Amino acid sequence: MANANTSTLERESPAATNSIASTEGFDHGLERLENAPQWLLELKRSQWREFLALPMPTPKAEAWRFARTGNLSLEGYQLPTDLPDADKKSVLESSHLFESFAGKMVFANDQLLEQTAATQEGLIWSPLSNAMSEHGALLRKFFMTFTPDLGSEKFQALHAALFSNGSFLYVPAGMEVSLPFVAYHTACGQGTAVFPHTLVIADAGAKVHLVDIFQSARKDTKNFACGMASIFAGPGAQVSYQAIQEWNLETLSFHLNTVSAERDSNVETIMVSLGSRQARNEQHISLNGPGGNVDNYSLSVPIGNQEVDQRTLQSHKAPSCRSNLLYKNALQDDSRTVFSGLIKVAELAQQTDAYQTNRNLLLSNSAEATSLPGLEILANDVKCSHGATSGKLDEEQLYYLLSRGISRKRAQELLVFGFFEEITSQLENEELREHLNSWIGRKFHATPPTKNLEG
Amino acid sequence: MSSLDLRNLKINVGGKPIVKDFSLTVPKGEVHALMGPNGSGKSTLAKALAGHEDYEIVGGEAFLNGQNILEMETDEISRAGLFMAFQYPSEIPGVSIANFIRAALTARLAENEELDAAQYYRRLYEKMDLLKIDRKFTARSVNEGFSGGEKKRCEILQMAMLQPQIAIMDETDSGLDIDALRIVSEGVNTMRGPNLGILLITHYQRLLEYIVPDRVHVMWDGRIVRSGGKNLALELEEKGYDWVKEEVAAV
Repeated sequence: MANANTSTLERESPAATNSIASTEGFDHGLERLENAPQWLLELKRSQWREFLALPMPTPKAEAWRFARTGNLSLEGYQLPTDLPDADKKSVLESSHLFESFAGKMVFANDQLLEQTAATQEGLIWSPLSNAMSEHGALLRKFFMTFTPDLGSEKFQALHAALFSNGSFLYVPAGMEVSLPFVAYHTACGQGTAVFPHTLVIADAGAKVHLVDIFQSARKDTKNFACGMASIFAGPGAQVSYQAIQEWNLETLSFHLNTVSAERDSNVETIMVSLGSRQARNEQHISLNGPGGNVDNYSLSVPIGNQEVDQRTLQSHKAPSCRSNLLYKNALQDDSRTVFSGLIKVAELAQQTDAYQTNRNLLLSNSAEATSLPGLEILANDVKCSHGATSGKLDEEQLYYLLSRGISRKRAQELLVFGFFEEITSQLENEELREHLNSWIGRKFHATPPTKNLEG
Repeated sequence: MSSLDLRNLKINVGGKPIVKDFSLTVPKGEVHALMGPNGSGKSTLAKALAGHEDYEIVGGEAFLNGQNILEMETDEISRAGLFMAFQYPSEIPGVSIANFIRAALTARLAENEELDAAQYYRRLYEKMDLLKIDRKFTARSVNEGFSGGEKKRCEILQMAMLQPQIAIMDETDSGLDIDALRIVSEGVNTMRGPNLGILLITHYQRLLEYIVPDRVHVMWDGRIVRSGGKNLALELEEKGYDWVKEEVAAV
């Protein structure tokens, strides 16, 4: 890496011992976990061995087709050290997007800086660093018991081995909380690697809404982010989850998410991919009980040389479930997206309704969107469809906007907002919807990275 | 005097001459009707003046208040004060009418100016009431799933909000039932005044019963072949376009 060559010996030495790809780094990470129970330490050790044993992805691997696998090197990233107070202060200042919320946590480099206590009796809203000791039994029942396994097994293992914190939300049976819980995760410092973890458990009939915000303190630091979010919706539970990924454009990121939906539960998730030079998003949805219903949305607005690589699996394991997946990408400049999705319907999962749609809007001639939709259906009484389209902005629509005096740039932006409206209109939280619109808008005024980042 | 001033315009579509030597002046404060049979070049003229790429202006001049609009981009022409009410307006999924009109008005402001939201909605609702458009339409996507009449009313709503100096209305009466025609015409009539010039492109005399023109021009084979007062429209209605064709042939 260029920065390793130019950095001083002083800066190089801690980086060498903390490197995320080295066993010294792993051991160092374990030392930082003061409250971890024995089972978790064992899990981490075995996952570390798993990480070392698994090969790096290659372009030939089916789960990595069309992705830039040459850009996944883990060299040059290290676990974070303690942050100076000034940095903590500025992270806290940039972590309040919501006026109204049920709970809030602020993490900088996976270290908890601020937390609002849960006020509801029986509800747990706790940083994982505390939950490990205080709610060990509950945590053990769910923690990493269901992983996406859609190609990033090596990075899942790395996450398990190196994660140190994140948010843990448990909502007891029948409790409904309408305001969102919000967790901010900020990466700070050159070369820092972060492993944010999110675990949501909604017990029977509970209702809950969680928002994760992923951001970088600075625009120019090269970071590695490998996050996992797991949602467990119990019978009749309603869960809404949004992940806003706004890492800087130098970051290599993984978001490896799962949804587990029991009988009659309703889950809606939205992944908003804005940042990262290369983003790998995996989403595994498992419908385990009859009447389960999952809506899974994603939108991305890559610019410059960004790549957004999306892999999904909708797995219907019980009858009479519905899942609906809609992924929309609007690509500018030389950016690329890959969408590869599979609907799997088990033999007993009769009366399944499963839909999978990927729509790509190509705003530049050199942008490239690849779509690999798939179905694997073993039941005979199902409604399933998949569709993928890629196209440019409609010239007649553009002309119509221009003919009203709207500039070309603004007209394109409006049409892109229109393109995403199908997803953004799903957001009931008005504050979030407004932020989302301004984030998308920013991708039209941002300066794309000037250089090819592959070197 | 401010006006739309067209001199010897020649317009090709796909290399084929459609408008051939067309000259017309529409001063502000007047309503001019441009009539003619299908294929005479009326709509080609309209779309070309609004800067559509498929319509190639190969000769002549076009001025809006003395500004040469042939050298301007589509959006600049609009901001200079020319409004086009389309015969077949586009549907824009996901863009609400309120946001669309707001963007068009914002485009007319200086960079550091902002539109007053409360004032904007007050004006928007006022114009919608006038055109008998349900206020719920503000949240609907532009023209998406609208009936023909709703689309035309939405065009007139935009015209009322943008307050152009010259409006070209392309077959605004087509596809309208008698009630919608009355509402649209009333809307246009309330906008009439010394600050607005209108070029009304129409096939039929029917619309001119509601929006009474100051001048009527007949277009045939890419040029104006006859001009007169409002009675010319009545004469056309009675005798049909063949009458004009025969007259032209005789000359």
